[in-house]
Amino acid sequence: MKPGHLQFFIDPSRCIGCQSCVQACTECDTHRGDSMIHVEYVNRSLSTQTVPVVCMHCDQPTCAEVCPADAIKRTADGVVQTARKPRCIACGNCVMACPFGVPELKLERQIMMKCDMCYDRTSVGKKPMCATVCPSQALFYGTREQIEQLRPRSIPTNQFQFGKQTITTGVSLMVPRDGPRPEVLDVTAAMDTEPTTRARSGASRIPGLEVLADPFAEIEV
Amino acid sequence: MATLPVSELDIIRAYGPHTSSMDRVRSSTSVEPDRLVKTHCCFCGQQCGIQLRVKDNEVIGFEPWDDFPFNRGMLCPKGVKRYLQGSHPDRLTTALRRDPTAPSGFSTLPYEEAIARVAGKIHELQAAHGPTSIAMLGGASLTTEKAYLLGKFARVALRTPYIDYNGRLCMVSAGVGNKKAFGIDRTTSPWSDMVGTDVIWVAGSNVAECSPITTNYLWQSREQGARIIVQDPRATPVARTCDLFLPVKPGRDAALFAGVLALMIEHDWVDHEFIDRHTVGFDKVAEYCKQWTLARTAAETGVPERSLRTAAEWWGQAKTSFLFHARGIEHHSHGVANVLGAINLVLASGRIGKPKCGYGTIVGQANGQGGREHGQKCDQLPGLRDISNPEHRKYIASVWGIAEPEMPGPGVDAYELFRKIDAGEIKALISLCFNPLVSLPDNNFVRRALDKLELYVAVDFFLNDTARHADIVLPGSLQEEDEGTVTQVEGRVIKINKAVDPPGDARQDWRIIQDLARALGREHGFTFQSPREMFEELRVASKGGVADYSGITWDKVERNMGVFWPCYAQDPRTGQPVDHPGTPRLFERESWNPVAKGAGPFYFPDGRARFNVAEHRPPTEEVDAEYPLILTTGRVVSQFLSGTQTRRIGPLVKQYPEPRIELHPRLAEKLGIADGEWATAESRRGSVTLQAQVVTTIRPDTIFIPYHWPGAKSANQLTISAQDPTSKIPEYKVCAVRLHRAEGPPPYEKVLEPQQ
Repeated sequence: MKPGHLQFFIDPSRCIGCQSCVQACTECDTHRGDSMIHVEYVNRSLSTQTVPVVCMHCDQPTCAEVCPADAIKRTADGVVQTARKPRCIACGNCVMACPFGVPELKLERQIMMKCDMCYDRTSVGKKPMCATVCPSQALFYGTREQIEQLRPRSIPTNQFQFGKQTITTGVSLMVPRDGPRPEVLDVTAAMDTEPTTRARSGASRIPGLEVLADPFAEIEV
Repeated sequence: MATLPVSELDIIRAYGPHTSSMDRVRSSTSVEPDRLVKTHCCFCGQQCGIQLRVKDNEVIGFEPWDDFPFNRGMLCPKGVKRYLQGSHPDRLTTALRRDPTAPSGFSTLPYEEAIARVAGKIHELQAAHGPTSIAMLGGASLTTEKAYLLGKFARVALRTPYIDYNGRLCMVSAGVGNKKAFGIDRTTSPWSDMVGTDVIWVAGSNVAECSPITTNYLWQSREQGARIIVQDPRATPVARTCDLFLPVKPGRDAALFAGVLALMIEHDWVDHEFIDRHTVGFDKVAEYCKQWTLARTAAETGVPERSLRTAAEWWGQAKTSFLFHARGIEHHSHGVANVLGAINLVLASGRIGKPKCGYGTIVGQANGQGGREHGQKCDQLPGLRDISNPEHRKYIASVWGIAEPEMPGPGVDAYELFRKIDAGEIKALISLCFNPLVSLPDNNFVRRALDKLELYVAVDFFLNDTARHADIVLPGSLQEEDEGTVTQVEGRVIKINKAVDPPGDARQDWRIIQDLARALGREHGFTFQSPREMFEELRVASKGGVADYSGITWDKVERNMGVFWPCYAQDPRTGQPVDHPGTPRLFERESWNPVAKGAGPFYFPDGRARFNVAEHRPPTEEVDAEYPLILTTGRVVSQFLSGTQTRRIGPLVKQYPEPRIELHPRLAEKLGIADGEWATAESRRGSVTLQAQVVTTIRPDTIFIPYHWPGAKSANQLTISAQDPTSKIPEYKVCAVRLHRAEGPPPYEKVLEPQQ
């Protein structure tokens, strides 16, 4: 049983794209060599911004809801598990339906696989491997009190809007306090936003002043 | 003869680099290890604590070490996959000799015979050409014990002044700058002092890729209110979200520091009390900085005036601060001036030697700090002693049991050593932990020099790219096959623990060195039975030096999870034995040190720090019409140094398989090069054809190539061998190049794997 007071928090603003989490994830026995976490550049040509994506462990997991074989289970302690091998028919419904893009179809294994928050570790009180090794602590595992005390500049949010669907998740995303801070993060709207950078020469710390990339706009070729 | 015995492809076919993967027992984490060994990563100077899972004399995986205070379980991808360097198909398990008749270019020979051959040839060359015809190259990834032994071996057994190490490419500008300003060469504060400061200034340090664990310290300090200033020609991952980005043109750092200090002086944002009481030389520096008006500084550095003003305002008015730098400002023919410019900003602020106030250099290699303190640097003796100082020579000679006149004088830096090989003065080279064909600048010259050697002996665990030229290769040990200490980025001495035994005829490097000494008939002083014995002698040798380790024992290191030097066996004030706790923070106001003897906190007889005029001079090779672009080089997060290890670890190769040329889209447009297309960069010394990566995160007048790859993919074919006049660090960060679209892929693309 995963201790209930320990939660997973993601702060993409801290992510440096080092792939340590990905490399560590491939060490796990149940999916040896495959990573269940993805770290993607938003748009490398414009920015070094990367986003680490783990399973968000939804309260009402869409992946499980659309599974025709009832292969995806959510444990009593809130962990949405990877597909059960005897049941999964590798149809890919969950892959299409997950709003966060987490599950992956492993064709060679004929099964869907996804992050189960290192259940072998978290169920015995250890931290998940990715959050343990993460050098920027963009991935953090601990109590809500700890995160509030350590990260006063942002607040954890676990409600997301996708079109008309609102999703509440077990994993929280850290949202900066100095920017717009709606109750529910509208992901659909954010899809159209270009990656941003503060790395503009002379930018002062003004709330909301996130400028479009090309930190070298003033320098001639 | 040091030419290749057979074609390079034939050597690669036999000795790699091939890549390892998670296979056999290593493909299962459900295998219970026999034991977990608490040790540290084998790569960079952060020296993260890690536990290795060991079963049947094999490292089969890792487990985070949550309790080690520096990294608390955090690891970068290299640390995560470092265990895959063990049980490797390329591993050297026997001695080799060059053999042009063998398909691989080498044939095996018994270890003892290899040692005897090397000793015989050294005798022969020394009889014909004198002791100074032999040179030795070491490395800063070696444990302090090994580094100490190498320095002693060169001077006592080989009797040559010619020893230097690959820290020459890494730490030396910082070392010289620190000694000139503080009288001691060490980061001044533990990293924990970073959290809780007002401002952190990151000068020329791609923290996210070169010292990833430092990122969490940076971000945590920001959570607690720090503003972060990043000075870099590339918008690196930490620059992306920093508070102020100074997009400095490569080679203009000293001008930037001078311009900012001029603004601080103009607005009287300096700590007069500290300057008066604890420093000398401020007036001269202030006088020099006057010429760096805002307009001139902006024009020279390429940093907008408003950014310079903001930097001066934030740094000048902060109550607490931390400044650190790395190779970005150090890898220059004016690297020492750049370092001194940074230190001047710190000294003018008075914010040093106090809680939450610090200054430091991010060391690049595992033992970047310890590896330079104890004698493999050409001008130093153990304890950061000076080989030209009669008192220092006398003391070390007494520890080593030789007469002072027998001790050779200062040698030359690693690059000059190759010039001496080229000139025929040095006939033989023994290298350990150094891959100069990949890591030295203008490496086409290095290759030509290698050809002139009459004897080249390489000690390594894999046949590194330079060792392909060797006459004899001796099979050495991986970090996890030996024990000893290293000194990490903060100045904390930590313990490397042995996890497994070396395979076959391979053995610990210190045994190889001692076997050579014995075969040379010079075994006196080289009969250590263990690294612990070496450390005990090093404690004595370092005693009374600035880097005093006399109060450090292996037990104390393990008990306290590291001990910061200086750490005294006897209270230097009273001479009484003391259980000294070590010195996490240098220069505390009331602190006592053996140089100042109470006169002040800094390591000069008057106890005062030195301001040094840090004059800005342009880089050695400026751009011109023929070569209009600046080339700067550096690392990527998944590779380490010359890649001897990391280019053999499959998952790391996969993460970033081959070097790419980074360039700005506006430059790419002008040159007609699209993202992913092949492009050729040329300098006056060489050319390289690689795929282009078009990104807005680099200055449009600059291109970047990472340096971890050999041969036709090597960035160091282009770089210039210009060196700093004092530190002798090469100018890896600036040279002039031109770039054009290549007609198609280069010939290597069809025959070489990405890591080769």
